[in-house]
Amino acid sequence: MQKSPEPFFWSLFAAGGTLAAFLTPILVMLTGVAWPLGWAPARTMEHASLHRLVSHPAGKFVLLVFISLTLCHWAHRFRFALFDLGISGGRRTIGFLCYGLAIAGTLAAVLVLWKS
Amino acid sequence: MNAIRPTETSAARPFQAPMPATWWLKKPSYVLFMMRELSSVFVAAYSVVLLVLLHRLSQGPEAFEAFRSGLKSWFSIALHLVVLAFALLHTFTWFNAAPQSMSVRLGEKKVPPHLIAVLHYCAWIMVSIAVYWLLTRPAAP
Repeated sequence: MQKSPEPFFWSLFAAGGTLAAFLTPILVMLTGVAWPLGWAPARTMEHASLHRLVSHPAGKFVLLVFISLTLCHWAHRFRFALFDLGISGGRRTIGFLCYGLAIAGTLAAVLVLWKS
Repeated sequence: MNAIRPTETSAARPFQAPMPATWWLKKPSYVLFMMRELSSVFVAAYSVVLLVLLHRLSQGPEAFEAFRSGLKSWFSIALHLVVLAFALLHTFTWFNAAPQSMSVRLGEKKVPPHLIAVLHYCAWIMVSIAVYWLLTRPAAP
């Protein structure tokens, strides 16, 4: 019997969903709302302080895992949402496209963090 | 002779009308389900924004300044507010579903389901405070 890859994809979905649940709201709030409106200290988005964070190996690791797994979370959920909307053909193509984009995003994150 | 043999599908399965793509608009609970699924798009969109931020950061202070000033536009703030709303929807639905996806036992006793959700919310608040502190702390002397 061939082993189904679904449990593997589901575990990535669950890990990404957990990371997004804990981290996305505060990050969006800080970088996209509070800092632009002047509610957060100016140093929040300073090049020097962020660079210090990104140049630390632990910072790189957390950012890479966060970006990669949240994209995998999207790939899984979006794929099944399309099926729920009644798309019956091209299931394999949709799967390849969704996870392909998640892998592309992961590779981009590796490249960007490597340079930082 | 193929012609006289009934096809498998016509005999075995009754006709099923295809669901219209708008089936989820029929009930508020279906709409909430679809919004929950859609939240993943906004969660991923923010990760892409973060990726762009890191890319611009790696290009140096001037490139980062250009990116940063873009965040201050009203268009960007409005978009981030929409993303924030969906991110919060994701967090709430994720934590509320947590008791169903994990069964925690302490010795003989099963941890009550609502306690699992409450602990998630407490942990979320602590993580958010920690991230806020990490990103806003004064530079080391």
